[in-house]
Amino acid sequence: MASYTPPDFYQIEGLLAEEERAVRDTVRAWVEEHLMPVIGSCYVEGRFPRELVPGLADLGVLGANLPEEYGCAGLNNVAYGLIMQELERGDSGIRSFASVQGALVMYPIHAFGSEDQRRHWLPALAAGRVIGCFGLTEPDYGSNPGGMITTARETRDGWVLNGAKMWITNGSQAGVAIVWAKTGDLKDPKSIRGFIVPTDTKGFSARDQKGKLSLRASDTSELVLQDVVLPRDALLPGSGGLKSPLQCLTQARYGIAWGALGAAMACYDEALRYGKQRVMFERPIAQTQIQQVRLADMITEITKAQLLVLQLGRLKDAGTMTPQQVSLAKRNNVDMACDCAREARRLLGANGILAEYHSMRHMANLESVYTYEGTHDMHTLILGEAITGLGAY
Amino acid sequence: MRIAVCLKRVPDTTTKILIGADGKSIDESGVKFVPNPYDEYALEEALKLKEAAGSGETVVYCLGGDAAQETIRTALAMGFDRGVLLQAAPTADGFEVAKALAADLKDGGFDLILFGKLAVDDYNHQVGVMVAELLERPCITAVSHLVVAGTAVTAEREIEGGIETVTASLPAVLSCEKGLNTPRLPSLKGIMAAKKKPLELKPVSLGAGSVTVLGLALPPERKPGQIVGEGPDAVPALVRLLREDAGVI
Ligand SMILES: Cc1cc2nc3c(=O)[nH]c(=O)nc-3n(C[C@H](O)[C@H](O)[C@H](O)COP(=O)(O)OP(=O)(O)OC[C@H]3O[C@@H](n4cnc5c(N)ncnc54)[C@H](O)[C@@H]3O)c2cc1C
Repeated sequence: MASYTPPDFYQIEGLLAEEERAVRDTVRAWVEEHLMPVIGSCYVEGRFPRELVPGLADLGVLGANLPEEYGCAGLNNVAYGLIMQELERGDSGIRSFASVQGALVMYPIHAFGSEDQRRHWLPALAAGRVIGCFGLTEPDYGSNPGGMITTARETRDGWVLNGAKMWITNGSQAGVAIVWAKTGDLKDPKSIRGFIVPTDTKGFSARDQKGKLSLRASDTSELVLQDVVLPRDALLPGSGGLKSPLQCLTQARYGIAWGALGAAMACYDEALRYGKQRVMFERPIAQTQIQQVRLADMITEITKAQLLVLQLGRLKDAGTMTPQQVSLAKRNNVDMACDCAREARRLLGANGILAEYHSMRHMANLESVYTYEGTHDMHTLILGEAITGLGAY
Repeated sequence: MRIAVCLKRVPDTTTKILIGADGKSIDESGVKFVPNPYDEYALEEALKLKEAAGSGETVVYCLGGDAAQETIRTALAMGFDRGVLLQAAPTADGFEVAKALAADLKDGGFDLILFGKLAVDDYNHQVGVMVAELLERPCITAVSHLVVAGTAVTAEREIEGGIETVTASLPAVLSCEKGLNTPRLPSLKGIMAAKKKPLELKPVSLGAGSVTVLGLALPPERKPGQIVGEGPDAVPALVRLLREDAGVI
């Protein structure tokens, strides 16, 4: 099959700067060469392709929008978004790995960490020598993380953490976990603080979540913290309250809005290619009205989503982006990507259920993306509150 | 070790080519341009040689319009030290291009000047060889394996039915063949660093040349493929089609 031809119906290419295009093309080439040949089998085997991490790190993908002085690429946010788009064009699991490493582990260390913590952790995380994970969700606190019951008790020379975290991406692979815990009253979300927990600390354990039918090429684990004793400087000194982890989620959701777009583009490309090739009733199926509705709807939604994230990125680079704008983009782009993937899969007929094609893998993956980082519903409620001023959750 | 690589900006080989209104050039609107793929082997080899030598300079030369700055920056992002753009409108006469390049390369003190074995847009196989001749340097074409030891260059070339090993001494001009190496991707840090590297713009005027393009035509459209069936059961039908429809057996 000929190579991937990304859709660009509105000449959005022309709105990108030269280095933004160069970054995108580099990651696109990397995905084509290194990820596409293995992703189908990784997905079927339920295996995260950890062997690809050094290559990703060498390219400079990890924490790419953080400053060069910490070993990062120092890219702007549009270029960072384009990286996420290209990674998720390959697979949501790989993009999830990069999102967690960059936006949920490196970002909080950069934003809330001390200079010592930054110098110690960021270069190792950027180089992929250490994998990180982000523990916020708990078995009984998903959409409402402010209710968490993991605790951090201050002692004479440090902290003791107790609790359990659930659905943690990279959990079993990680060398370090950013764990969110309450330092005060369990009813007080303001007492939530972030901790840097090396995963070889006594009392810390991670267990792979079995039986996933989605995001199978990603590691999702449960973390248990049982009397985990940490030194004083395990605390991220700049973190304080639920707003700190939410600030991290805003970073990750920004990347997800771009990433989901990449998955949709991959599905559209596959559907278009297949539709033109597959002959039924003596004509290509793409020459039938029903399949053209599918393709026309997909390209319309993809084009809108492309413009949406590009403007979001420009706002982020200008420093004026709001979390509610990110919610709108995450909600819209993931939902439209779910639709594109499902319609593409259907257009492909029986072939559409095979791992050899990509649409069904994207379709199943995107169900996780729909749920994590704030479910679609929660972003609806965030938007509802933003425009009415009335909170409904 | 000082190494120059001459790089051409060409349409991406996966681009669907349309012929322009004049019937003699391609319609460039919406066409994605990339470094000539054979030149990428030259770029990679230059970087490897410099890394192995531990010191030296790598310079990328390009003759073309202003848009070729982007192509040069791809090489800078891969790790080249600096770039030179000889600004000129494209010409069909490779000798004019070779003269302009040679004039600038002459006093550069380069131990090696590398080219791709051909440019995929015009398939001329000319410029590298002509530059070597103009500079009166030894030239080895279509190199698929290279060893540089001191001033001795040993190169392998794939010839019909075998491999030819050739030597020459520096300074020399080589053109590179597929298989010589695996070109690296520019890293994201490299892309950012490329913006700060020197890129010199030098307007040059080319002679009128003695070759003119009369016209371009697209190859005849290929008929769509047909899947006859799968496994041994499909063989009789395939043989029949190859014999009766295609007439090739
Ligand atoms: C593959 C995967 C990877 C993940 N990775 C991480 C990670 O790395 N780190 C991490 O901390 N977490 C991670 N998560 C957890 C994820 O963020 C949560 O699953 C998510 O926040 C939803 O929580 P929940 O599953 O408990 O669902 P619930 O909160 O129980 O929601 C169930 C349903 O109820 C709806 N709902 C909830 N509240 C309301 C309301 N007020 N009004 C209307 N509807 C409501 C939801 O929209 C949803 O449809 C991951 C999840 C998955 C699936």
